[in-house]
Amino acid sequence: MHEIVLTWSSVAAAVPEISLTAAICLILLVDVFAGERGRRVTPTLTLLALAVGAALTVRYGHVTERAPLFAGMYVADELGFVLKLAGFLLVAVALLYSRTYLENRSILRGEYYVLALTALLGIFVLVSAGSLLTVYLGVELLALSVYAMVAFDRDSGVSAESAMKYFVLGAIASGALLYGMSLIYGLTGTLDLAEIAARLRAPNTAGVILGLTFIVVAVAFKLGAVPFHMWLPDVYEGAPTSVTLFIGTAPKIAYFALALRLLAQGLAGTASEWVQMLAALAVLTLVVGNVVAIVQSNLKRMLAYSTIANVGFIVLGFVAGTPDGYAAALYYTLVYVLVALGSFGVILLSSAKGFEADLLDDYRGLHQRDPLLALAMMMLMFSTAGVPPFVGFWAKLRIFQVLWETNHLWLVVIAAGMSVVGAYYYLRVVKLMYFDEPPTALPAAQPAARPAAGVRLALGLNAAAVLLLGVLPGPLLDLCARLIH
Amino acid sequence: MHGLLSMLIWLPVGAGLGVLLLGDRNILAGRWLALLASLATLALTVPLWAAFDAGSAVPQLTERLPWIPRFDAWYALGVDGISLPLIVLTAFMTVPVVIAAWTVIETRPAEYYAAFLIMEGLMIGVFSATDALLFYFFWEAMLIPMFLIIGIWGGPRRVYATIKFFLYTFLGSVFMLAALIYMYVKGGSYSIASLQTLPLSLVEQRWIFLALLLAFAVKVPMFPVHTWLPDAHVEAPTGGSVILAAIMLKMGGYGFLRFSLPIAPDASRELDLLVIALSLIAVIYIGFVALVQQDMKKLIAYSSIAHMGFVTLGAFVVYEIVRNTHSLRGAGLGLDGAMVQMISHGLISGALFLCVGVLYERIHSRQIADYGGVVNTMPVFASFMVLFALANTGLPGTSGFVGEFLVILASFNASFWYSALAAVTLVLGAAYTLWLVKRVIFGPVTSPRVAALDDLNGREFVVLSALALAVLVVGVWPAPLLKVMQPSIHHLVAQAIATKI
Repeated sequence: MHEIVLTWSSVAAAVPEISLTAAICLILLVDVFAGERGRRVTPTLTLLALAVGAALTVRYGHVTERAPLFAGMYVADELGFVLKLAGFLLVAVALLYSRTYLENRSILRGEYYVLALTALLGIFVLVSAGSLLTVYLGVELLALSVYAMVAFDRDSGVSAESAMKYFVLGAIASGALLYGMSLIYGLTGTLDLAEIAARLRAPNTAGVILGLTFIVVAVAFKLGAVPFHMWLPDVYEGAPTSVTLFIGTAPKIAYFALALRLLAQGLAGTASEWVQMLAALAVLTLVVGNVVAIVQSNLKRMLAYSTIANVGFIVLGFVAGTPDGYAAALYYTLVYVLVALGSFGVILLSSAKGFEADLLDDYRGLHQRDPLLALAMMMLMFSTAGVPPFVGFWAKLRIFQVLWETNHLWLVVIAAGMSVVGAYYYLRVVKLMYFDEPPTALPAAQPAARPAAGVRLALGLNAAAVLLLGVLPGPLLDLCARLIH
Repeated sequence: MHGLLSMLIWLPVGAGLGVLLLGDRNILAGRWLALLASLATLALTVPLWAAFDAGSAVPQLTERLPWIPRFDAWYALGVDGISLPLIVLTAFMTVPVVIAAWTVIETRPAEYYAAFLIMEGLMIGVFSATDALLFYFFWEAMLIPMFLIIGIWGGPRRVYATIKFFLYTFLGSVFMLAALIYMYVKGGSYSIASLQTLPLSLVEQRWIFLALLLAFAVKVPMFPVHTWLPDAHVEAPTGGSVILAAIMLKMGGYGFLRFSLPIAPDASRELDLLVIALSLIAVIYIGFVALVQQDMKKLIAYSSIAHMGFVTLGAFVVYEIVRNTHSLRGAGLGLDGAMVQMISHGLISGALFLCVGVLYERIHSRQIADYGGVVNTMPVFASFMVLFALANTGLPGTSGFVGEFLVILASFNASFWYSALAAVTLVLGAAYTLWLVKRVIFGPVTSPRVAALDDLNGREFVVLSALALAVLVVGVWPAPLLKVMQPSIHHLVAQAIATKI
């Protein structure tokens, strides 16, 4: 066993987690004592805490070399550094978009912000996990926070139902994960992922493969890959939109890290097995996600199936089974998250008190009511469809490229065909916004609070980033490749 | 002049964004900005043509900046004898579109002009990119403005038409992308020149050829993937139809010349009969389909498909010509014909759609039956319409004659039957076009609406005169055009008949 010595240099890399934990405690306390005034203080304080955390991370937490900390439980590397910064940013923007929505539904409470921060802490733990134990801790911390967030609107039966579904199915997935981990632990005698990687060598015994299967199931569940996707549309549709936005963004980074740390790094020795499992999952995911999305009438639900379809592409990156493939999956994840942030942001900004703006028909003629919002949404939709000059195109291109490099002809054909199917329902959103007349009777509800101009500006920047990264994709591509190699 | 091609691409795009920013409230300024920008772009093609050395086949006026180092993708531009005429055509055809919209487009005019200007830049980008990734970038990006143009300003079934247009093109393009990436993975470069010299086995070539064929056949469009075109044309606003027919269809032909023939020469040789058969079906069957149309725009759309059949025919008869006569010159004739046909069809179909637009603006109907005797009230317009109709039938002295004549002449060397079948179009084309003219223009005035028609206004007269002039110049004196293309066509023939195995 390593001897654990706590010195500043040994914990400096964990500064994001430390600052976040401190912030959680502080905000919880402040919120209790601030009472009603907390409604104004807590959101601002949370954003401040995220900014400070990000600043501290940049100042002290930058690591360039991969280094195990805390007896190997925790791995500090540049990938973790970048993903955590992305986490800070995503959660900050997500909370920024959500504020008016929460206010209009009288669920703007301190606990919401605290739960978002604990979920972020779970994400961080997962991103830096160096052992099966840390992986599980991260997964559960994230999942439990999110279950509570889904049920946050206590008066809504649909939200409660979604939360229940999510919780029960999530518990089964956690069980599968734990069971798989216990098998791997029993067969290798270690929890340390680096050690496991060193001890597992092909050909693998049936026991290892059994353990692997359970782990793959759990990862597929968390990512939302078919046939373990059932929770996703229900939760996306049933949860308050602000929570859907949250679930759809930052946790995706964590689950990418989960797949990377567990499968690509820890269980690298079983790559030939899980590549086949993931290939089957990817094909199913692409087909079901894209085809089912076509018939949806609820935008949140449609975007849920679109998420599933995009997860199919992320999984394809893993199917390639090469560092380039993981880099492609990372790039795809980051790009997807950026676009999802904007798309759900548009739903949030279109909503008003008593008007969820979650039906596709609510977007009829949006262009005439709010041209800028429609423009942003159009850019985001074309990006997800994979049309240049938007960044989504490069994400798909990168996946095609790694598939060709590993000679997966049929996967290229299926992915290409499914991109076309997918284009249809993204185009339909553009059609509703731009080609249709707005409904004559607009929803009578008047927004009690309107989003601040700054929030609209943030959404504009979000959409502009999608265009800018699409015209000049080089730097982000290079970054992703560097992080993986 | 350095950076000329970049200016040609980004000047209209920048002006388009400018018009968008000015918005509908300042539309007067926006209109003038759009007009000036399109004229400036056209003016820039003069130094482009002047600086072009017609004696060389290598890409000229090249620009090269690193774009995505990781993929070895470059912002690389250049023109040769094949792309130069198409760039000039693009710049030329955008001006009438801007002018024609002056008073016609009343809803969201700023966005209308912006869409066309941005699209102009992207189309010039397609023709001038010498990097396959950049080419694809422009190729796909261009779909977005066209999608919006048909969808926002189109007719009653515009949504169906525009989504069909987008999905058809997207389907083809995605497989082209897959093929391009495959070649990149194999050769390590996206430069079109290096793709053209990349050694590929016959099996690889076959698959690549089919993937490219899917992309370009949809765009041309060839039978049986042509069905999106009549829908798109009918529903599109006049400007959209003009650009669609005059420029976008040419991209399919350009793709065959730039990608299919040089990249997969052996597969092209092997599968040339497939393309020739599809082209002849387009020429004859679609010609008959055009004959029975009741809608003017639909008729011209089908006529476009038939005429574009000549382009693909001219491109793919090279193999049999070389087999039969061993003459590279003879093979070049077919490609010359294909190129001239593209330019000529761009001018004529654009002009015909503008003519229909002139009528539609006054009577709001595209049905042939609603017209009759237009010559009595619009004599000037009638003269233009008759001129363009005759050009469409391939009357000597107009540009329509040169292209068709060259292709038919070349295909004689391949097989008597090809040229015999292709020549059917002379009869069919005359039949459907002249019958259209007879029903719409001539005869007694059939309805009070026609009796109330006003002749061309100054704006329309200028536009149609410019096009008429271009049609006649290319028809009477095609030599400069042929001369500019000459070295590039020779080079292309050499590439197409070489073997890569």
